[in-house]
Amino acid sequence: MSDKNIKLRGIATLVIIAAALFFLMPSLTEKLPSVWSDNTEKIHLGLDLQGGMHLVLEVETGKAVESSMERISNELKNTLMEKRVRFKHLDRESGAVTTLELSDREERTRFETILKNDFPNLDIKSSEIIEGREKIYLKIKDKQAASIEKFALEQSLETIRNRVDEFGVSEPEIIPQGKDRILIQLPGIKDPQRAINLIGKTALLEFKLVDESHSLDDALSGNVPSGDMLAYGYRVDPNTGRRTKIPYLLKKKTLLTGEALEDARVAISDRFGEAYVSLKFDSQGARDFDRITAANVKKRLAIVLDGIVHSAPVIQERISGGNAQITGNFTTDEAHDLAIVLRAGALPAPVRILEQRTVGPSLGQDSIDKGILSIIVGSILVILFMVMYYNMSGIIADIALFLNILLILGALAAFRATLTLPGIAGIVLTIGMAVDANVLIFERIREELRLGKSPRAAVAGGYSKALLTIVDANVTTLIAALVLFQFGTGPVKGFAVTLSIGIVCSMFTAIFVTRIIYDYFIWGRNIQRVSI
Amino acid sequence: MEIIKPGINIDLVGKMKIAFAASLFAIIVSVASLIFHGGPNLGIDFAGGTLVQIKFSQETSADKIRDALQVIGLGNSIIQRFGYHDNNEFLIKTEKSSSALKGLTSKIEETLNASYNKDEFEIRRVEVVGPKVGKDLREKGMLAMLYAVIGILIYVTWRFELRYAVGAIIALLHDVLITVGVFSLMGKEFTLPIIAALLTIIGYSLNDTIVVYDRIRENIKGARKKSLKDIVNSSINQVLSRTVLTSATTLLVVLALFILGGAVIHDFAFALLVGILIGTYSSVFIASPTVLVWESVSPSKEKRKK
Repeated sequence: MSDKNIKLRGIATLVIIAAALFFLMPSLTEKLPSVWSDNTEKIHLGLDLQGGMHLVLEVETGKAVESSMERISNELKNTLMEKRVRFKHLDRESGAVTTLELSDREERTRFETILKNDFPNLDIKSSEIIEGREKIYLKIKDKQAASIEKFALEQSLETIRNRVDEFGVSEPEIIPQGKDRILIQLPGIKDPQRAINLIGKTALLEFKLVDESHSLDDALSGNVPSGDMLAYGYRVDPNTGRRTKIPYLLKKKTLLTGEALEDARVAISDRFGEAYVSLKFDSQGARDFDRITAANVKKRLAIVLDGIVHSAPVIQERISGGNAQITGNFTTDEAHDLAIVLRAGALPAPVRILEQRTVGPSLGQDSIDKGILSIIVGSILVILFMVMYYNMSGIIADIALFLNILLILGALAAFRATLTLPGIAGIVLTIGMAVDANVLIFERIREELRLGKSPRAAVAGGYSKALLTIVDANVTTLIAALVLFQFGTGPVKGFAVTLSIGIVCSMFTAIFVTRIIYDYFIWGRNIQRVSI
Repeated sequence: MEIIKPGINIDLVGKMKIAFAASLFAIIVSVASLIFHGGPNLGIDFAGGTLVQIKFSQETSADKIRDALQVIGLGNSIIQRFGYHDNNEFLIKTEKSSSALKGLTSKIEETLNASYNKDEFEIRRVEVVGPKVGKDLREKGMLAMLYAVIGILIYVTWRFELRYAVGAIIALLHDVLITVGVFSLMGKEFTLPIIAALLTIIGYSLNDTIVVYDRIRENIKGARKKSLKDIVNSSINQVLSRTVLTSATTLLVVLALFILGGAVIHDFAFALLVGILIGTYSSVFIASPTVLVWESVSPSKEKRKK
């Protein structure tokens, strides 16, 4: 090989090192010209290192279909009454099935016409004859149900994104997973429970009238009048802090929902210094609210949030202007968060927590410190070992090792990969395995030298014979790492990433870079003895 | 410096029977332990449940924490000291998990608030895995191992021959099984990082094995007249120095990780430690001899003198 070739390879190596340094520097120091630091990023740390919360939610999309069925059932009821189709019952059973009992079997044809013309999304699931009357089970068409579920997931994503944005988390990650799951990553969260409440609250705000014409006690003993429902609120005694449950008998019909809101803000009352949420309706909502209050003066209007009655004030007079407020024992934080969820809108379906992993910031820092210590100690041990065993050649391998670590970190920064605690372990492991390539080459060179070959021939032979072995051996580890990358989540994925990057970088440094150094000394300096 | 002298020629293949017997014994013990314990000891990643890591500023005991948690019916959870003794750090583990927004964790926190001062403890880590996710991860973990094995089988078959691939797969199953057995014997838990460690062991074990295979292949080309047994034996000896060295450097770093890496990564490093030792052994005593056994059962097309 000629001198020129060495120069070319040397320059290529220097360019790669410079690139690695370019990407790595922002992670090492703050003092960089802004042109530099603005165009590069620090190595991104996983939640297990910087602290934060990993959350997998399941959106109960089935519930969205159910509430859709509830709405359609009400419409159907009204239509049937308008068109004078006689029926006994029309109730939504559990789940998304509605049963209709027609008074007369002759009504079936009329009903089917209405169904076909006005309710194209409904299907007759089955029907049976009970005591000469036709009982029909209705369901939402599969295709329609699937699209409701899909929409529920999309809308939940959007709503949660808005809430998190307003809450103010830096670099949140909110992505859908599968048909009904949402993965949320919130770095640096200090109060996980508060964040969960904020994200997961359905925040369905409803205004309903309190039924004062029927007896509450009767209803509590089981006789809930049709068209009514029981709901509960809580009162906290300011002195003892004890919570008491208060029952309410409400009209089922919802007069107005949170959808009619234009804005929600936290405010502090002048009299008691209590936090409350002030609501502003949009123009349609304001007109509706005006009409509702005008028609129900002196009646009580319950403000229901996720099924819990927050307050039920008496409407003193008609309220125009579209303002209302929710009061009720809030801390300032709670009122602040409630305002956020109301502004962002309700979730179309309730969510459940499938998986939650939270790491506190102090544990993260601990892990970083210990990880770095392991890398340093591991490296020093290997470096000393290589020098002891292979003398000058060991130093060449150590240079390659150092470059390898540099390249791994540079690549992590350049690809915006996430460094996790198992990822650090991956780097440590790579350090141990990276010298393997050099061990293979060096052992080969020793063998060639023992056969009496010249240094040039021995080095050339050592490299060419070890090359395929190194590639074969590394590809298998790479296969395992890539499978791991596909399968892994979070921290484990980070391990697969550093391991893969480490393998690729080590092949470059251990084969390509060390060869340049050898060639430089053997060809350039005409060294006659290999120190190995 | 040289640890393994050049020109060394130990009759390693001759010790094949002893090695097979030893490995068989280790595998039987591993399987027995797994059966005895009713399968691997699954951590909450796979079994579902709740894990809370709490650091106390004052000395406290597992019993005191248990008493405190009795109130919310978590008295029979696993409560253990985590990391070094003077850390005052504890893990609370229960197979219960709650999908409600106000979950088990905040209940635990509230309960502890009654027994300890608020600034006396810090919740450092919470992991809640619902049963559904646990099942998903379990399936994914098994599939990952399967895919890795299949991928490697294909690659080794392509690069070498099927009989080599079979030897390699037997060796790595051997490594994984015994590592799992050691974990089971020691009552250690299987978590996601442990699966990562097992996959790494698969990769590493193969790395070693392939280096030997490569040498065998090279030596077969050169010496048609020697018996396969002699070729295998001398090949193992020729790369023995490298096998020992690479294991040594890898063990050095994993040992650093095991001792200094902290409690969170302790078991992960332990799995690697065990796996690398066994992987090194198996590439010498299991993988290559298996090729010989395979050869005696169904000889390859090019006939050789025995």
